[in-house]
Amino acid sequence: MGCPENSSWTGCLKDAGRRVFSGGPVYLFFLGLFAALLVAGVAAGIHSVYIVGSRHAYGTTREIPLAMLIATYTFFVITSTGLCLVSSIGHIFGVERFMPIAKRAVLLSVITIMSGFLVIGLELENPLRLAVYLFCSPNFTSNIWWMGVLYAFEVVLLILEFIFLLLDKHKASVAAGLLGILFGIAAISNLGGVFAMLNGREFWYGPYLPIFFIASALLMGCAAVIFFTVLACRVHREGLDGRMAESLAAIGKLAGLMLAVIMFFTIWRMVALAVGGTHELLVRDALVSGPFAFNFWALEVGLGMILPFALILWSAGKRIGPIFLASALVIFSSFFVRLDMVVAGQIVPLYWELGVREYSKLHAYSPTWHEILVVLAGVGLTGAAFLLGEKVFQGFREVEDAGSHFAEVLEDAAQEPPSAEKGKVDGSP
Amino acid sequence: MIIKSLDKEKMMKNPEKISEMDRREFLKIGLVITGVFAGGSIVSVASAAEKIFPNGSIAEKYPYRPHYCMVIRVDRCIGCRRCVEGCVAANAVPSYGWRTLVLEREARQAIGQKREFIPVLCNQCNNPPCVRACPVTATYKDPQNGIVMMDNKKCIGCKICLAACPYDARYYNEERGAVDKCDFCFETRLSRGEKSTACQAACPADVRVFGDLSDPRSRVYRLVHQLQKPVWVLKKDTDAKPNIFYTKG
Ligand code: SF4
Ligand code: SF4
Repeated sequence: MGCPENSSWTGCLKDAGRRVFSGGPVYLFFLGLFAALLVAGVAAGIHSVYIVGSRHAYGTTREIPLAMLIATYTFFVITSTGLCLVSSIGHIFGVERFMPIAKRAVLLSVITIMSGFLVIGLELENPLRLAVYLFCSPNFTSNIWWMGVLYAFEVVLLILEFIFLLLDKHKASVAAGLLGILFGIAAISNLGGVFAMLNGREFWYGPYLPIFFIASALLMGCAAVIFFTVLACRVHREGLDGRMAESLAAIGKLAGLMLAVIMFFTIWRMVALAVGGTHELLVRDALVSGPFAFNFWALEVGLGMILPFALILWSAGKRIGPIFLASALVIFSSFFVRLDMVVAGQIVPLYWELGVREYSKLHAYSPTWHEILVVLAGVGLTGAAFLLGEKVFQGFREVEDAGSHFAEVLEDAAQEPPSAEKGKVDGSP
Repeated sequence: MIIKSLDKEKMMKNPEKISEMDRREFLKIGLVITGVFAGGSIVSVASAAEKIFPNGSIAEKYPYRPHYCMVIRVDRCIGCRRCVEGCVAANAVPSYGWRTLVLEREARQAIGQKREFIPVLCNQCNNPPCVRACPVTATYKDPQNGIVMMDNKKCIGCKICLAACPYDARYYNEERGAVDKCDFCFETRLSRGEKSTACQAACPADVRVFGDLSDPRSRVYRLVHQLQKPVWVLKKDTDAKPNIFYTKG
């Protein structure tokens, strides 16, 4: 299956559309489901920010202004950077085993970063002002400013990298990919800095978060590649071929290593909190035995570290089933890791030390339905775009695939003016 | 706080060159205001004397002119909260937000008075974390008077400044479509020629003293630069270098 002979944009898209619609009932059901989540979430976000006001619709407060949506944003962009890093191991640094996953990983990296942007776009009160004042009134000392700029570059680089990969333009894709890695790492450590440079927030303050975010990104990248590659096989209703299975097994090992790293990070973090100041002790108690205990022990440690690590060990670096399950658990759990990190940093009232009546209890946060729907908008975008991507690019198969047809079209487009293309399409039967 | 390294070195080498007057001024501040603040070239710390400080009289070194500040004589507060009402009325503060609060501490074991009231507001920090964090300079420190102000039309509502402020002094104001905070009533009073803030004007117990710290004749200057009573600031370890001072009496 490929594009029509004339290889035009519209022809190619029509063909891709045909492939999407012939995807079978299960495929179409999930595609519809994710699209519905996306629409519902975007509607919920618009309703929250522009109609009723975020103060009424979202669970954030003056005391906990950053919560589930910021956590979701970090979840997506950390995943995106991770995918970019993991994809680079093969197609940039030439590790054979990591090569087969490169294209899919880069596309997923674009998709997840876009999902992150979508969620933060529905979180900001005045996103349009950002577009103007990010450039007209920059603040170079602000991590959020750098975040905006670095991620804007990052998304362009990722898209270029993907196009060059499709075109099999090796040098160009390596160049874009290398820059993508640099910007990705800068962006993600800076994202850690958004929290880590707030001197008034002891739980966040310090060099821990930027480093932790980079390690998390690698873990998330591995988990996402494994998770989505296995799902892609289901989409195409075929088994993993030998080369891909080997590749996933190798990525599974890297995931195991990163899990170990994250576990040690977490252990040392808890030890360090235990000898920290009042705020840190309060947060540690909240995590270990307070309102966050279930999230911490069950979702973060149990489902996110111990179980996946055991599964990866059990897989003996070969069986894909347990590796897939471990990846799914890591992805699920890391959402709560982000959420707890963001919220726990704000639960201790800033005037706690004064011992005043007004601030004698820890602040609490619980998400609203509006927030949950916006999170699902991000999930919907990722899910739907992944499913579409698989059909459009026909599973990124190496030979005679739609990817290369698209590549042909892209090449043609680069050579001929678009009007000529259009003429061709119109003239085609 | 930026101290020219040259000055520092010079001073560490020749401590005897520091004038007696400077030394006294410095000791006062260093001793009574444990770990004071201040931007520009003022420096002062708990264990004072042997630490570095710049040349010249301290008053000349306050970085803003006028260098607005507020001294809160905390033990005089009776908790009537008229200051809060005055602030709300002057600055159209909505019911869901606040620019200033009066916090209440109970001390059951204390002899005599068992409650203490602590007014809080934006500290107009000399090293304001909110200003550093804002991506679009929607919040900025006025180069003349040092008040941390808002440029509402720029605020994207990211709320990172809310998280950055160590004093919980900011909230998102729906009506303004921007974050709102205390501006020492600059917009509603000072810029119109008045000399006081609404909270100060409303206080029946003369708890809040507002004025220009760079003017040796001002009340705030005298309240801060004296040895008899302790003067302190809140959360000094966050290094925001606040301009709200607390004292008693
Ligand atoms: S909420 Fe507004 S003032 Fe605060 S940091 Fe964001 S843009 Fe700046
Ligand atoms: S108290 Fe908060 S809002 Fe006021 S200047 Fe300092 S950091 Fe900014």
